[in-house]
Order: sequence, then C-alpha cells, then structure tokens
Amino acid sequence: MARYIIQRLLSTIPTLFGILTIVFVMIRIAPGDPALAILGDNASQEALNAFRERMGLNDPMIVQYWDFLKGLFSGSLGTSMVTGTPVTESIGEVLPFTLELAFGAIFFGVIIGVPLGIISALWRNGWLDYFFRVVSLLGLSFPAFLTAILLILWLSIEWRIFPVISTPTSGGLWDRIYNLILPALSLGLIMVAYIMRSARSAMLDVLGEDYIRTARAKGAPGRRLIWHHALRNALIPIVTVVGLYFGLLIGNAVLTEIIFNRPGLGKLIVLSLNQRDYTTLQGLMVVSALMIVIVNLLTDICYALVDPRVKLK
Amino acid sequence: MTTVDTTPPASETRSTAASLLRLARKNKLSTFGLVMFVLILLAAVFAPLIAPHDPLAQNIVDRLQDRSAEYPLGTDKFGRDTFSRILYGLRVSLLIGLTSTALAMVLGCALGIIAGYRGGWIDTVIMRCMDMLLAFPTLITGLFIVAVLGANFINIVLAITVTILPKFARVARAPTIALKEREFVEAARALGYSDTRIMSIHIAPNIMGEVVVLASLWAAYAIRIEAYLSFIGLGVAPPTPTLGTMIRDGFNNILDAPYVSIYPGFAVLLVVLSLNLVGDGLRDAIDPKLRD
Repeated sequence: MARYIIQRLLSTIPTLFGILTIVFVMIRIAPGDPALAILGDNASQEALNAFRERMGLNDPMIVQYWDFLKGLFSGSLGTSMVTGTPVTESIGEVLPFTLELAFGAIFFGVIIGVPLGIISALWRNGWLDYFFRVVSLLGLSFPAFLTAILLILWLSIEWRIFPVISTPTSGGLWDRIYNLILPALSLGLIMVAYIMRSARSAMLDVLGEDYIRTARAKGAPGRRLIWHHALRNALIPIVTVVGLYFGLLIGNAVLTEIIFNRPGLGKLIVLSLNQRDYTTLQGLMVVSALMIVIVNLLTDICYALVDPRVKLK
Repeated sequence: MTTVDTTPPASETRSTAASLLRLARKNKLSTFGLVMFVLILLAAVFAPLIAPHDPLAQNIVDRLQDRSAEYPLGTDKFGRDTFSRILYGLRVSLLIGLTSTALAMVLGCALGIIAGYRGGWIDTVIMRCMDMLLAFPTLITGLFIVAVLGANFINIVLAITVTILPKFARVARAPTIALKEREFVEAARALGYSDTRIMSIHIAPNIMGEVVVLASLWAAYAIRIEAYLSFIGLGVAPPTPTLGTMIRDGFNNILDAPYVSIYPGFAVLLVVLSLNLVGDGLRDAIDPKLRD
C-alpha cells in the first residue's frame, strides 16, 4: 500500500509542474502592461518603473519563472499587485468558506442522492425509476445560478426561513451553519443528480453480482441484503464520483458564493479580476488546481484501500 | 493483380448509423430533446423575425412590467422586452457554445487520434498535457483565460474550447488504439498510405459515434459556461444581450421583479436540457451496458 501511495504521489509531480508552468505562461502572455493596468494611464514613468522593479517584471522571463517556483517551494504565492498583502494570506482567509461550502454540498448531495439512486435501482424500470431519472437529467441541466435564485425566492423571500445574504455575521458556530445551509443546499442539488446516477448504476452492478445471489439464496432478508451486502460495495463508485466532480463543484461554488454574497474563492476571484490583480489570480489558479490534484490523489488512495485489485493495474 | 479493399467496413458504419437512428426513435425522451433543440435553434436563427420588440430599445415608462400581451415575458429595469432579449441572447449562447464545442471536437479528436495511433513519446506528451488541463476546474480556467486575454467573442470561444478539448482527446484515443490493430488499417498501411490519410479517412469515421454523444453533452456544458462567464461579467460586451448578463442584471431587482432573471435562467435550462436529453439517449443507444 505504501508503495502504491508513493508511486501515485510521484506521478503527480510532472502534472503539478506542468500546471504551474501553464499558469505562469498564461499570466505573462496577457496583452497589456500590468503596471499600466494597475497604476493607470496617468502614472508617471518613475512610478511605473518602480512598480515593475518591485514586481520583478524587468527581470528576464526565466528569472521570473525561477523566482515563482522558488517562492512556491517556500510556501509563498507572491504579494498582491494591488494591495501588497501576501497572496497566501488573502486566499487562506477565504478558503475555509469555500471548503465548508463544498463539503456542505457533498453532504446534501449524498444524503439526497444516494437514497434516490438506491430506490431507482431497486425498482429498476418502474415508474419511480423513470421519474427519478428524468428528474436527475433535469438536475444535471440546471444552471447553478437558477437553482440559487429559485431557492432564495422560495426559502428566503417567500417563507423567510433563511437569510438572502449568507454572510456569517457573529461568527458563532450556529450562525455559521445557519448561513451555510441554503448555499450548500443550492450547490448540493447539482451534486444530487450526479451522485444519484452513479448510486443507481453502482447498485445495479452490485445487485447482479454472484455474492448477492448467494446471500439471497441463503435466505438473507431483503433489508439486510441491501444495507449490509449491496450498499457497502456500491459506495465505492459513489466516492469516486464525488472525487471526479470536485472540480465542477469548485467551479459552481464560485457562482454560488457570488449569488449568496458569501466570502470565499469566488468573491476573491471576481475582486482580483476587476482589479486586474494578476498575482492573486495566479495564486487562485494554483490553489484551485492543487485542490483538484489532491482530491484526485485521495480518491485514488481511498479506492486502492477498499479495492485491492486497483493496485495491481 | 489483386486489389485490397482498404475502406472501413461499410456494413459496420452503416449498421451503426441505422441502429443509432432506430434506438433514437425508440428513445422518446431524446427525440423530444432533439425537437426541443431544433426549435430553440430556429427561434435563435430567426430572432429578428420573431422578436416583438427591438432587444435594445429602452422604454422607461414600461420598466419592470409583468407578463402581458405586449411583453410576453415582461420587461427589465430599462423597459426592454425580456422575450426579445432572450431570443437574441440565445443567438450568442448557441453561437459561442456550438462553435467552441465544434473546435474542441476537431482539435481534441485530432490530438487523441494522433496520440493513440502513434503511441510512444508522442502519446505520453499529448496525454500528459491533456491531464494537466483536466486538473483545472473548467469554469475557473475559463474565467482565467477570458480575464487575462480580455472578454470578447474569440477569447470566450478559445477559453471554452481549451477547457473541454481534453475530454475529446481522451475519448478519441482509446478506440484508436484498438482500431489501429484492425485488418483494414493494416491493409491501408501495407499499401503505403500516409499516416495522415489513415488517421483521417480510416480511423476518424469509426470513432464518430462516441464523439458525437460527447459533443452533445459538452455543447450543453459549453453553453452553461458561456452563461456563467457573462453572469460574472466576462461575457460578450454590452449592449449585445446575453442570457448570463440578463440574469445578473435581473438579480439586482429580485425583490420587485424576480421574473427578470428567472426567465433567462429557464432559457439556459431549456437549451442545456435539450442537449442533455439528446446526448443521454444517444449514449444509452451506443453503450448497451448503460441501457440495461
């Protein structure tokens, strides 16, 4: 197992390296002079030069690249071009909000999606199955902002259960959870469709296996059969789906945060876009790609832990 | 002298096409999706004929109106007709979504086929690059590219193309590896045909089934990304109406006039749903394992 994990870790190194290079090059090929973009057309030549010098923009490309990598290895993503604060600091401040939103969404996705998928599989080709499949297709097609707007209209404005603006105020745990529920539900509904589909097909696969037939032949009662034998094995592909769609989740989290006016990566991205703060943007790209790489790595490791056959491949 | 037939087995392609059609007909939902998509496409193409009002004409007296005979889907805060704006917005969405999907399909398939056919280091380099692109969350990559290069039609298409291209490369590569061992490809090689010719004439048509399914599903996604980008403020420049911008502007008046942002939202939903229905039905049709 340790060997598999090490191998898998090593194999992410070239990918990580490539990601960093892509982000670096993208920022550098951006048309326009960042100094002009930030200081404005009226800035004096001295101010522009000082800015370029401070940001290292006068150095040759290869030196800038080296500095960028060196900074990363010492845990620095540089300083914001606009505010001068370290990028890791501003990302570190909002990252927990995005993560709690993502995990909240996964929570809702699983508690709603898995039971629906199981029901669909057990009553396969029945009207309930057909109905849920249509609903899941509808769910897959819902744009993130529409789900959010409808939820706000119903639960916040019509029924006044949740706040319209989900910015935690007092900072207490309950306040934080209360403000998380609606955005997490909104984002989780998108996950429901994906999780439900994979739960259904995983359950169908497992129900066709020999050991289920054996358990059935031995007279295992239906409920025990499903909870004890089938579901436990069907959960493996469901874990993978959550890992697989983590990127989608983060992307949609950005939109959800903007609509609910929550702090998080989304608002930071929009802010740095508007301010043309390229270093912060660069840091945001690196962090979001890193998250995906880590989640993929964890998914693979989880998979190998529960299914020893994976390691043999 | 004997001639060797190097065309891909015609019966195979024809039967795939025929069975696809048959299954699509059998799958009522995907046929429904196709009809819906064609109707939306026609509505967008003929928007200038259908739209009851000029999508840009402001009429402050009639601002934030509810549905009426005059304004089928109400008006926005400048008194512009929402229905007409949606029709014109659909043009932008479909044009960007379909162009970028088509580009991603052609480039992604080409890369996937080259990787699968050539193998070796070419395969490793291409697929590693694709893996790197896949490591970025698609929406954030799109945002990043458009933000850095500037928000205009070409850059938005480019951004969406780059984010979905790797999916096509992956799907094209796997069957290519299997196909290159087949007799008709070997025969073509024995006759001394160039690799380019073999890849484009003998291999590409045989992987189209899966690619088309993927294209319809990713077109749905591309249209959604366009809406997201314009929602965030990185869409085609105003005053051209785009669905995302309409939703965003309407959201500011959500308390007084929620329908201003809801209707364009439903327009996005309908386009995406129609494409998903088509793709889903087609996928079930060509992958018997999923059909149960």
